[in-house]
Amino acid sequence: MTDRIKIRAQTQGEVTDIRILMQHPMETGLRKDDKGQRFPQHFIQTFTVSLNGKPIIDGQLNTSISKNPLFAFKARGIKIGDKLSVAWKDNIGEQRQDEASVT
Amino acid sequence: MHELRRKLLKGGASATLLSPLIGTGLLAPRRVLAAEWNKNAFTALTIGEALKAYGSANAIESRDIVINAPEIAENGAKVEVEITSNVANTRSLAIFADKNPMPLCSAIEFSGPVLPYVRIQLKMAETTRVRAVAKTTDGKSYVAFREIKVTLGGCGG
Repeated sequence: MTDRIKIRAQTQGEVTDIRILMQHPMETGLRKDDKGQRFPQHFIQTFTVSLNGKPIIDGQLNTSISKNPLFAFKARGIKIGDKLSVAWKDNIGEQRQDEASVT
Repeated sequence: MHELRRKLLKGGASATLLSPLIGTGLLAPRRVLAAEWNKNAFTALTIGEALKAYGSANAIESRDIVINAPEIAENGAKVEVEITSNVANTRSLAIFADKNPMPLCSAIEFSGPVLPYVRIQLKMAETTRVRAVAKTTDGKSYVAFREIKVTLGGCGG
């Protein structure tokens, strides 16, 4: 079960601020439970941001990105109403894609 | 440890086997975007190996890369770092934390309307130097450094 990716893109003047929150445990594989058993590695490895269907950002992550990864980007020349979609994939093959409009 | 080595060897072998096929068009290389997860660079255990695997061992130090980060991070589980590259034709940004168990934290490629900027939250094991590497369209690498003190490590050991 994966949670919805939160995407917020706001244009002010020429520049659009893009904020993306991917809800994910991002387990390093180093953390232990009460009995000393390690939680298995579970982390997002790649994500892609697309503008009106065309990829514009390609991100690769390690286990060292904080839980529920939050990214901010800036872009120039994006129009209000344009569609931004974000898709991620993790190390155990889970994936998620969501879309939002630029405001 | 042996198992990891096996996997690495296996990974290397398949890349070698497949690469002749790329030229034939049977395996058309996808565009710069949506590349395979760079396993060799991400699983490297020292900063030297990670930089080498990422292809930036000879990065030139540059003041045109700006790293914004707290001087002291109280919680190593979430350290916000902001990177801006003013290097012309920056195509990608990567961030490394020298003393993390696996130094390469993230690598981001940009195209089209995206500006060479990223804000990201890292886990940091201990006080360490963080470095941001910008790669340009002509394949050159530039690097900037920043020391971040961590009072509570965030890798959950």
